[in-house]
Amino acid sequence: MGRLVAKKHYANSKGQAVMRHKWLYIMMILPLASLIIWNYIPMYGVIIAFKDYSPAFGIWDSPWVAFSHFERFFNAFYFKDVIINTLRISLYSLLVGVPLPIILALMFNELRNKRFKSLVQTISYIPNFISVVIIVGMVMFFTSPVDGVINSIIQYFGGTSIDFIGNPNLFAHVFVWSGIWQSVGWGTLIYTAAMSGIPQDQYEAAAIEGASRLKCIWYITIPAIMPTIVICTILATGSVMSVGFEKVLLMQNDANLATSEVLSTYMYKAGILNAEYSFSAAVGLFNNLINFIVLYMVNKFAQKFSETSLW
Amino acid sequence: MQFQLTKGDKIFNWVNIIIVSIFALLVLYPLLFVVFASLSDPRRIFDDVLLLWPKGFTLDGYKRVLGNSDIWMGFKNAAIYTVLGTAVNVVMTTLAAYPLSRRDFRGRHVITILFTFTMFFSGGLIPTYIVNQSLGIVNTAWVMIIPGAISVYNMIIMRTYFQQNIPLELEESAFIDGATDLQLLLKVVLPLSTPIIAVMMMFYGVGRWNSYFDAMIYLSDRELFPLQLILREILVQNQMGDSVNQTIMSANQSEVNALKQSIKYTVVVISSVPVLIFYPIVSKYFEKGIMVGAIKG
Repeated sequence: MGRLVAKKHYANSKGQAVMRHKWLYIMMILPLASLIIWNYIPMYGVIIAFKDYSPAFGIWDSPWVAFSHFERFFNAFYFKDVIINTLRISLYSLLVGVPLPIILALMFNELRNKRFKSLVQTISYIPNFISVVIIVGMVMFFTSPVDGVINSIIQYFGGTSIDFIGNPNLFAHVFVWSGIWQSVGWGTLIYTAAMSGIPQDQYEAAAIEGASRLKCIWYITIPAIMPTIVICTILATGSVMSVGFEKVLLMQNDANLATSEVLSTYMYKAGILNAEYSFSAAVGLFNNLINFIVLYMVNKFAQKFSETSLW
Repeated sequence: MQFQLTKGDKIFNWVNIIIVSIFALLVLYPLLFVVFASLSDPRRIFDDVLLLWPKGFTLDGYKRVLGNSDIWMGFKNAAIYTVLGTAVNVVMTTLAAYPLSRRDFRGRHVITILFTFTMFFSGGLIPTYIVNQSLGIVNTAWVMIIPGAISVYNMIIMRTYFQQNIPLELEESAFIDGATDLQLLLKVVLPLSTPIIAVMMMFYGVGRWNSYFDAMIYLSDRELFPLQLILREILVQNQMGDSVNQTIMSANQSEVNALKQSIKYTVVVISSVPVLIFYPIVSKYFEKGIMVGAIKG
């Protein structure tokens, strides 16, 4: 009802509507300027991946070199290692990081004591607000072979201490599980919000029919949060090549480099440390393209097999 | 509503409570450990397998950390970047979210697509670096405050909040009274939007306070370093900086290591204090702030 009145009230003709709402357009100026400067100009700047960028010439006047930076990257002897490392860490993260928040949210949802529920939820959100520098610092405290808690427990039970950070075979485990510790609680929030929208009478009806708790979860809760699950999964797969870059960089050391060098850290080193701008931009573009293609395909897949998709 | 619990349901309940409790302890213990360790005599932390209370209570670590000028400098810089940066974030996000929440705003579809596209594709690290370089803001405080003004994800959450929580009738009656859209935003919409503004301040503020990467690539003058870069030196690179080294010069080697360890625990606690102060104030708004379907443009 209100909608109809509103329409009649303010949209007589196009020009009039724009003038009447000039403040809305004025408000958009700064956000749009920021969007153009820091999002769209860099997208244009990505053409330096096909050029030999030199600051003296600028982006447009630097000479074109076609695909030579890409060829150099694909032929580099570390190319395969970097790709494998990236995929290992990111697929591992997805495999654990996508389902665990869902399971935890379901478990939270089944807690009947309100105070206990809100207590454990609040506790589980805390690590999300800790900086990545501190998380890595804490990983180092706890996994230290000399005075780490984990090794002190291992030794207490008669084992020998393990150098978690220095062992390339353990890098992915340490990376992924410390990430789970930090983000699984916060990850439940979106599902908790989705579950709060389920009408209680569905559960009541099911209980009267004699459905067990597990059956209620399976036939009521999970179908109700399915759209959220699909969207979250699509979004997670859309960053498959950009593993938690800032954290990897902090956890890297000479001992674990064999498995910890991923696309984004490699790009950072080439671009920022060695100032090979064009080469690094090419690696970055490759990274973003793969992400975009994966996102596109997963979304297509979702359109086909479920009713929910990103677009 | 209370139902007769079957035996299976009771078992289910208890198993669930036990697993969730173990999970909560696993999350909580590392945090408590750091707090206890920072208050303990560093040589006694590992007397038992698990530290369950400060051992040999001491404030030495705190005295050393608070006597360190680098920490204070980092705190001051981080506070400046966080306060100003968050203000920029919240203002800009509101300015984008409000018009886009209005169904009678012509062009909202195109602009929404322009925003959401950047969630899925970006120029990347180097082209962004070049932009900041040509703006001449590299190695100034500005680069820590102005870029990245809008997180599209947050903007969409805020837009959805406006759409779902501001009654259309209120806007209409304000219009009939001759209010402009700006007055409408300032006098009608924002006063009704405290929860979402609180959540935005928390999200952006924590992000600013916790970030180290932009500072690492854009800042080279030490006087501009925010706290997280100083923490990185201490925690990850094991460099204590001159001022810390001097204060622990006198002690012998094993004492030095113990002291370094205690300084590490302490900086973790001290640097988390600002976040811990704001967390309880804002946490009650979390579920309202994150809304389902918020992602869908």
